[in-house]
Amino acid sequence: MSMRRYYEFVIEALIFASGIASIIFVLLIFIFLLKEGLMLFEHVGVFEFLFGKYWYPISEPPRLGILPLILGSLWVTFGATVISVPLGIACAIFIGEIAPGWLKEVLKAGVELLAAIPSIVLGFIGLVTLVPMVKKVFGLPTGLTAISGSIMLAFMAMPTIVSIMEDALNAVPRGYREGSIAMGATQWQTIRRIVLPSASSGIIAAVMLGIGRVVGETMAVMMITGNAAVIPMSFFAPVRTMTATIAAEMGETVQGSEHYFALFAIGIVLFAITFVINLLADFALHGKQIRT
Amino acid sequence: MADAKIKVKALNFYYGKFQALKNVKLEIPEREITAIIGPSGCGKSTLLRCFNRMNDLVSGVRIEGEVVVDGEDIYCPSVDLVHLRKKVGMVFQRPNPFPLSIFDNIAYGPSIHHFASRKQFPEIVERSLKAVGLWNDLKDRLRDLALTLSGEQQQRLCIARLLAVEADILLMDEPCSALDPIATERIEELMRELRKKYTIVIVTHNMQQAARVSSRAAYFYLGELIEYGSTQRLFTRPLRRETEDYITGRFG
Repeated sequence: MSMRRYYEFVIEALIFASGIASIIFVLLIFIFLLKEGLMLFEHVGVFEFLFGKYWYPISEPPRLGILPLILGSLWVTFGATVISVPLGIACAIFIGEIAPGWLKEVLKAGVELLAAIPSIVLGFIGLVTLVPMVKKVFGLPTGLTAISGSIMLAFMAMPTIVSIMEDALNAVPRGYREGSIAMGATQWQTIRRIVLPSASSGIIAAVMLGIGRVVGETMAVMMITGNAAVIPMSFFAPVRTMTATIAAEMGETVQGSEHYFALFAIGIVLFAITFVINLLADFALHGKQIRT
Repeated sequence: MADAKIKVKALNFYYGKFQALKNVKLEIPEREITAIIGPSGCGKSTLLRCFNRMNDLVSGVRIEGEVVVDGEDIYCPSVDLVHLRKKVGMVFQRPNPFPLSIFDNIAYGPSIHHFASRKQFPEIVERSLKAVGLWNDLKDRLRDLALTLSGEQQQRLCIARLLAVEADILLMDEPCSALDPIATERIEELMRELRKKYTIVIVTHNMQQAARVSSRAAYFYLGELIEYGSTQRLFTRPLRRETEDYITGRFG
């Protein structure tokens, strides 16, 4: 009896520990990020850091303004969103509402496979195919531009958007569709007037999580956006994102230097952005359920 | 019956290899309530869904025979489904108002069929809600979400939304099975009221309901039409032994 109880206790403790571990890890990472990142502001003002136009981390004295990097990330993200959201939504509508059974399964597998491609592979393929194409089509001196990054990231955001939105469409009760069809509505009228509005919260969440994926992506953008830390004036100019900056420079910096702290501070900014995006997605997904 | 609203001629219906309806012949009169009764799986819902071709949504079905509505074979390839479903409305077992406002639920039909301008919607909404007895209760909250209504109100709204597109046949697939007895009685009251202007076909599990509201009744068993006639006759002097067993509760 006591043996059995002991056994129960150990199992429960293990499960509890595993459950709590993820929270502890997140907290530790967050604390470490804050501790290292906030050190920067002993040397540089917050305003100067966020809105400084020049990122020359190894000049003397270093200039640590990340505005070009923030704008770089925004350009690329914005471009990827503009491409992936309409495509992803249309794709999800086709898979969820229109495609016949077998095609639906094929497409779903395809989308999952797209999600399974490592980003470095996508970046590599983009580098040898997309970049020369962008250069040629738009007649640019280099194909390593924001637009190349946007197109590539759109491919990465698509699976997220499609699979979450398809779940949202699946959750729309059958009765709504039947009721609409039985009234003589066409399939498109039913989708546009009944199905999409009822799935709207899920669709917003899908888009937000897709954007979140794009903001945090590193390898592919580093390979194909040119990495020039200047304020980008158009989609056809090279840009450098926040993620690429951290990845490229962390290995070469002196631990404890201002540069080092600045990279952590960029990490905080990224963390804040993705956190807000995920929060909005979560709110869209769960905030509305209370009403129904 | 020369002026039958719906004529079913030698209808066979298959789900894949399974035959759900066997050589069904049936004539449904205009402006009366016809009840289709029978145990679960006897094909009564399938038959009902043949009348507005909702079975088209199911894959792997096959249909032989004819269903003639207002003199037109609705399985003829040239039939306009949008037009058919506008004329033959359907009320489902579970009330299924759209997740829109009460107003928009009614205005949905007129707006998809483009037969009324936006300016006429308030008038259509009022007329439809009055016809189902919801107007007085809901006239001040037309902008509320339809899902906030009670089950009975939702079912009335679903009927109102068919009246708004000027349907003239109402198919009801166990319209009261999700409602309590009082709500059921009130919906039956509404059906008797609507009978004056509409042809109603109701599928029901509830024998008393069939006896109370319908003027004609058809008893189905395993996909076959066993007996069809005036409700009063069918319930008091059934011609077939199977019918008698079912309505007296010895079977089913």
